[in-house]
Amino acid sequence: MNAANLLAQIVVVALAVAAAPLFMAWVGQCRAWLANRRGPGLLQPYRVLRKLFHKDAVLATRASSLFRIAPYVQFGAMACAAAIIPLLGTDLPFATAADAIALVGLFAVARVFLALAAMDIGTAFGSLGARREMLVGFLAEPALLMVFFTASLIAHGTALPAMATAITGHPLAIYPSLAFAAVAFLMVLLAENARIPVDNPATHLELTMIHEAMVLEYSARHLALIEWSAALKLFNYCAIGFALFLPWGLPDRVGSGMLAALPVVALKFAAAGAGLALLETVSAKMRIFRAPEFLATAFLLAVLGLLVRLLLGS
Amino acid sequence: MLAVPPLWLAIGAAGLLRPRSLRLSALWLFPLGAAAAFVLAAASLAELAEPAQSLVLPLGLPDLPFHLRLDPLARFFLFLLGAAAGGVSLFAAGYFRKGEGTAPGLLCLQYHVFLAGMAMVLLADDAYLFMVAWEVMALSSFFLVTTQHRIAAIRSAGFLYLLLAHLGAISILLCFGVLQGGGWQFTFDAMRQAHLATPWSSVAFGLAVLGFGAKAGLVPVHVWLPEAHPAAPSPVSALMSGVMLKTAVYGLLRVSLDLLPQPQWWWGLALLGLGLFGALFGVIFAAVQTDMKRLLAYSSIENLGIIFGGLGLVLLFAASGHPLMAALALSATLYHCLNHAFFKSLLFLATGAVLHATGERSLGKLGGLIHRMPWVAWLALIGTLAIAGLPPLNGFVSEWLLLQAFLFTPQLPQPFVNMLVPLGAAALVLSAALAAYVMVKFYGVIFLGQPREPALARAHDCGRLERIGLSWLAAGCIALGLLPVPMLALLDAVVRQLLGTGLGTLAPWWRLAPVAVERASYSPPLFLLVGGAVTLGAAWLVHRLYHGRVRRAAAWDCGFPLQNARMQDTAEGFGQPIRQIFEPYFRMQRELPAPDDPRPAYRVTVEDRFWGALYLPAAAAAQATARLVGKLQQGRIAVYLLYSFVTLLALLVFVL
Amino acid sequence: MTHLPWSAQFIHLAAAVLLLLSFAMLTQRRILSLLDLFATQGAVLAASTAIVAYSSGRAELYYSAALTFALKVLLLPYILHRLLRRLNVRWEAEPLLNVPTTLLVGLLLVIFAFALAQPISQLATTLTRSTLGIAIAVVMLSLLMMITRRKAVSQVVGFLALENGLFFAATSATYGMPMVVELGIALDVLVGVLILGVFFFQIREQFDSLDLRHLEALKEE
Repeated sequence: MNAANLLAQIVVVALAVAAAPLFMAWVGQCRAWLANRRGPGLLQPYRVLRKLFHKDAVLATRASSLFRIAPYVQFGAMACAAAIIPLLGTDLPFATAADAIALVGLFAVARVFLALAAMDIGTAFGSLGARREMLVGFLAEPALLMVFFTASLIAHGTALPAMATAITGHPLAIYPSLAFAAVAFLMVLLAENARIPVDNPATHLELTMIHEAMVLEYSARHLALIEWSAALKLFNYCAIGFALFLPWGLPDRVGSGMLAALPVVALKFAAAGAGLALLETVSAKMRIFRAPEFLATAFLLAVLGLLVRLLLGS
Repeated sequence: MLAVPPLWLAIGAAGLLRPRSLRLSALWLFPLGAAAAFVLAAASLAELAEPAQSLVLPLGLPDLPFHLRLDPLARFFLFLLGAAAGGVSLFAAGYFRKGEGTAPGLLCLQYHVFLAGMAMVLLADDAYLFMVAWEVMALSSFFLVTTQHRIAAIRSAGFLYLLLAHLGAISILLCFGVLQGGGWQFTFDAMRQAHLATPWSSVAFGLAVLGFGAKAGLVPVHVWLPEAHPAAPSPVSALMSGVMLKTAVYGLLRVSLDLLPQPQWWWGLALLGLGLFGALFGVIFAAVQTDMKRLLAYSSIENLGIIFGGLGLVLLFAASGHPLMAALALSATLYHCLNHAFFKSLLFLATGAVLHATGERSLGKLGGLIHRMPWVAWLALIGTLAIAGLPPLNGFVSEWLLLQAFLFTPQLPQPFVNMLVPLGAAALVLSAALAAYVMVKFYGVIFLGQPREPALARAHDCGRLERIGLSWLAAGCIALGLLPVPMLALLDAVVRQLLGTGLGTLAPWWRLAPVAVERASYSPPLFLLVGGAVTLGAAWLVHRLYHGRVRRAAAWDCGFPLQNARMQDTAEGFGQPIRQIFEPYFRMQRELPAPDDPRPAYRVTVEDRFWGALYLPAAAAAQATARLVGKLQQGRIAVYLLYSFVTLLALLVFVL
Repeated sequence: MTHLPWSAQFIHLAAAVLLLLSFAMLTQRRILSLLDLFATQGAVLAASTAIVAYSSGRAELYYSAALTFALKVLLLPYILHRLLRRLNVRWEAEPLLNVPTTLLVGLLLVIFAFALAQPISQLATTLTRSTLGIAIAVVMLSLLMMITRRKAVSQVVGFLALENGLFFAATSATYGMPMVVELGIALDVLVGVLILGVFFFQIREQFDSLDLRHLEALKEE
């Protein structure tokens, strides 16, 4: 692990952390355009974050220190995840510290801490949000792992760089199993990031919210960190999607190739954001108890992908 | 090392000197027992890879001496016993109080006999000693479970436990009967030499699964576990769940990989299916429990299910000629045994501390204890995160290893098994994710939120010895999570003994890469370092660039003015999604209040379907048979004499 | 697997999409969407038949592809659409099993089908023989759909999807059936749908609904 690699790693993580709110803003902007509105502009999340960081934090009198730790843990977990995912190259040093399973574990750490923090104050909405979040989580997490397993059968390993290079390394071939996995992954992405068919990021309607219900009691810098890590989570999920299903254009060593890959990656994100906005615009939010069906479908699709891979060998 | 079990017996006997004295047992005997346990753990760990040593004791029946043997497998489980029991004994020293059923001295005797019994099970090298030790373990734990024997529910829980323990013991006895293979030699060495035909070895395996499964809480012979664990005092539940269940795993390992010849592939498949079914079953039921110790008991069923599933995978691979994969699966399974011993003991002890502080076991009457009992709460948080399988703690390591074993499934000779194994991985992943749900419920309802009863404001944190015990177990969770490679290197001796092949070199110490780094690797120290650095760095930057000002105010809750403790999710409420999703799998009874009820109460009871489907019919059948036998009893001496006469005649005919 | 020619890879993809569509049909509650899924399935089937025709050079398979397209993408969905509009049926009643359980059963059926097909596909000579397992799975899933549904229309769609699976099995394992057989089956299916359509009206006349639960009253008391 030499200094150049380490530096590249730090730069990539910093880039991901800095660009995540931008991506969130881009999705929001596209949604606004699709709804024939003008939209707040791409810098809005940064303004919100700045405002929140400047405010005094208001804590509930009953809050324990777990409540104060949770936003930092969540932010740390998401930044750590950004270091694991091959975003701009497949040869970064931290990639060997954790594989796809550990990545899922990292997401689980963030989720469990946030859910515990939501229960800490002891309000009705907090525990409601925690319960619903864990409900979504316990179905989405296995589905995500099964998606990774399908990819790992092709790559012969659960290391993310191996998965990213498995498809590009060979002559072009069609993998039907990956088609199943991709559909499942998309469903998990929507559910895990509180996007529309499962949760609605734009509303605070009490009875339907999941993510927002958990973070109701947070304010100021804690809320800023939570919002930021939510943006980072969406960013990370998209990056995982690219690494698994569209890994073209990733350099396999540290160096100037990474700079060249930057526009390709930016293009992928722009397209993904537009697609996500379109998907959210045309679909309607479902009842909370349809969500298990939605996620069970994702889980079973991923398992089917695994089986198809075993049967067809492709 | 061999001196420890007699020492425990001596400590237990010393308790009888002054059975009513709490000071003697709390201040001297339990800490002494803990010290002996730590010595046992350290010695076993140091000698783990040494060659096997045998010893014949001139005890027992004439011509039937006790055989002892120390090999890596036994040493590993002795280490597990010592490491977990040390922490539990320290906690127990501060835990037992006056006026709780059995007198302290007697309790001390039962407790240490239980420890010695478990150690002897692990040391035994012949069926005779094994059964004696097994029964000692079962009986002493029965007395420990019924410590508060004045409560009827606890008595019936104890009897259920005794019944299933004996069902298991009979099955194990029959298994040994098959294993001796006609040589009528009951030492394990003779059993290794015996050449069993395949059908007979399958019978022996089936009996072993039933017998040891009954002790380990394998579904469907699991029903005693959720009854006995809550009934027992918490240190005893911790020992039973953390250690005693592992002796059953030890027994099955001993029989299937050491005593029996080459395993059959379908044994593995059957065990895999049973184990994973048990894992899902346990975790789903854990999610709907409202008693904190019952919840943990069901979680034990889940974890043991995972362990048995892992064993199934080992047998499957070993039988199909993939020793390296079998070694990986076996390492994962053994590691999970060790992990479970640590985190489950920790959590049971934490529930004990909560029980003592509040007198409540029902989740519906707890809450907010993190403010009143910070030590217990934060140490229990470590256990909670570990059992939920979160990195970088220990539960994640074994889950990771087991998933790797599932994923690197090579081409097995049976095509449909090839397809079932990924489904097994899916079931494992699902139960692990549900475990996180269960543990958030467990921790959140007990320690977080508002206290649900006014009496909770008087709760107090646990004492010093209890803190040390809890801290030791929590430290074990962290150490096993951060340094899996050295531990796995030690485990290699056990794996090599059982399978002939080990995992090989695992260097460097900070990175776990069982197959190849390019394929899969996980480095917990680096993981913690980077995660911690990023988290702390973010906190520092935020405070540095902006400020750290905090104001306290009432909770907002969407502006809702009335916020009392009854508005939080109860344990039932938190489990409701699981009840709804898995509704067909439960036997549920719901009582909804009428709309005009002035004191509305909602009650739901969730029962095991196995009770109605398996146990009640079995009990009815047993009673019917007993009635038939009762017809023999006429009360007239002439009839009894007739029976004796007929028996005599029959025997004579048989001899002829 | 990367050594397979393009045509075989496309057929594998088609097989996977067919399976995906079968699962989608299993979970779909809206009957109109069910019809759309069925039409898509027909289109995929026609495309894969055309690819088989191209790669094996058998001209008659082009005809059968065209026939499939005409019948299963255009004609049958059109007839069923009209029927639905006339009968005014939109939603499926709550299915007999809940969705996750249905999917789980479906998954077990797929494994069973794959295990079943493994020895058979060893005997087949075509490049795409491993798709046979998927074809059997599609047949079984369609049967499952017919079992779990209450509305008569969805049962007919299930029946048609079943025929799709059989057709796919024939093309992928043996390069199709003789033309005469195929034409016969096509005609059978068409007539079958027409007759069932008449039945729908009769059932509704009788019970004022298309829910098949009402047929349960027809047993002897």
